[in-house]
Amino acid sequence: MSMKHVIMAGLVTLTASAVALAGPAGGTVSGKVTYEGTPAKMKSIDMSKEPSCAKMYTTPPLVETVVTGSGNSLQDVVVYISAGIPDDAAPSNAAVFTQKGCRYIPHVLAFQVNQEIKIVNEDQTSHNIHPLPKLNREWNKSQPPGTPPISEKYDKAEFIPVKCNVHPWMHGNFAVMKNSHYTITGDGGAFSLANLPPGKYTVTAWQESYGDQSQEVTISGSETKTVNFVFKAKPY
Amino acid sequence: MRRINFARIAVNLVLAAALPVLAGAQQMESHEGKWTGHADAGRQLYYRYCWGCHGARGNGDGENAPYLNILPRNFVAATFKCRSTPTGTLPSDQDLFNTLGRGINFTNMPNWSALTDQQRADLVAFIKTFSPRWKTEKPGDPIQIPPEPALTVASIKHGGELFQKLECWKCHGQEGRGDGPSASTLTDSNDQPIRPYNFTSDNRSKCGRTNQDIYKIFMTGLDGTPMPSFADVVKPEDAWDLVHFLRTLQYNNKSPELTLWLSTKEGAEIVNAKKVENTYTGSGVKP
Repeated sequence: MSMKHVIMAGLVTLTASAVALAGPAGGTVSGKVTYEGTPAKMKSIDMSKEPSCAKMYTTPPLVETVVTGSGNSLQDVVVYISAGIPDDAAPSNAAVFTQKGCRYIPHVLAFQVNQEIKIVNEDQTSHNIHPLPKLNREWNKSQPPGTPPISEKYDKAEFIPVKCNVHPWMHGNFAVMKNSHYTITGDGGAFSLANLPPGKYTVTAWQESYGDQSQEVTISGSETKTVNFVFKAKPY
Repeated sequence: MRRINFARIAVNLVLAAALPVLAGAQQMESHEGKWTGHADAGRQLYYRYCWGCHGARGNGDGENAPYLNILPRNFVAATFKCRSTPTGTLPSDQDLFNTLGRGINFTNMPNWSALTDQQRADLVAFIKTFSPRWKTEKPGDPIQIPPEPALTVASIKHGGELFQKLECWKCHGQEGRGDGPSASTLTDSNDQPIRPYNFTSDNRSKCGRTNQDIYKIFMTGLDGTPMPSFADVVKPEDAWDLVHFLRTLQYNNKSPELTLWLSTKEGAEIVNAKKVENTYTGSGVKP
């Protein structure tokens, strides 16, 4: 047995024991999503065609295609592990998508492949829920007020725009994820993905107008690695 | 003298031979009643009759497509309008066979009555080879349509209440002319502007002339368009009431429903107030 083989065997043993010794908490990837440049100004939504919704606002709400915050941060960005980790089984709880004030809450709903989503109409007007996938199947269902939640699921990972045909300003997104390591940035653009076992990962950030960006990160134990994303703002 | 476009014929032949060549694609069959269609027979027919609109790859980008208002169906995406199966599910072979024979009213899809039943069955089998969905998914279970109940004034009136409650008028307009408040902003799933159905046009709906066709449209939705499925929110007996009411909106079509409705004082008042020149685009300008 050559020296090389001895060293290789030793390294394998060390790595194996390192993996075995790594605590269940695992490592964390965290950071911030920001933009550079000048983003387009979000227009206010004219809901005069739907008085039952228009009256819920003292000032008309803004289009949510690009939601910015303090420090040039970007909200509603989906940050997730796109490679390096096996797929997860869907959790048993349902992800809830609400139509309220003729808008979708949340604007971006992230959930897993085959996880149940529950779509609720809290408005006094009818909506139709019309997600527009390219990989998953396209369906279109009417949901009058006072009718039970609609239960659906998707079996392929995809970012799916969602619209209501009756109210053309309503726009949302489904982010169908393959594993449980995903999050959506809030005000301030910060994100944190925890419980990552040691390994090499690709972290991807997706914004509905600016597209996606990926970075590689390696976790060896229970450390926190910082990964920041900077998107080039589009003027339109 | 007509110039023969040899280049086009050559391309046609090469494509007919080359596409699609997925293993097993040519074994695809379709079943419609007593007919069994075969994809390899359908392929020859497709590249003679269909590819001009539906494209060499079946994705709706044929050379005619840029000139068509409603774009040709994209068979690769496999989202179909006229079905008997629930929204989001594949149509049955019979659905596709019927669409081929009847065409799609108010679009450029003609009725292919010039083809034989066997030819249409073969085409259905070939169309199913364009999308991998036909291999991994079964068509949805066709919806159960209960027998049509007796036509009564109460049924028509109840249908009218549903038309209000379900807010059909938001797109279709109060008189069903396709001029509701949301009508001008509608786009289909190709992002093309699209008008809602104008009930005052004639006795046809998009997917046929019968009451069952109207029933299926709103109980399965026209997938790929703004028209949703109301199957989760309308009970089958209520659905028939709505069908009866919708027939009274087709005031250029002397249906049994309209005749009955006109025989009542209320119905006659409503319909006579609407009687203007037939405006196909739904502008409905009253003189």
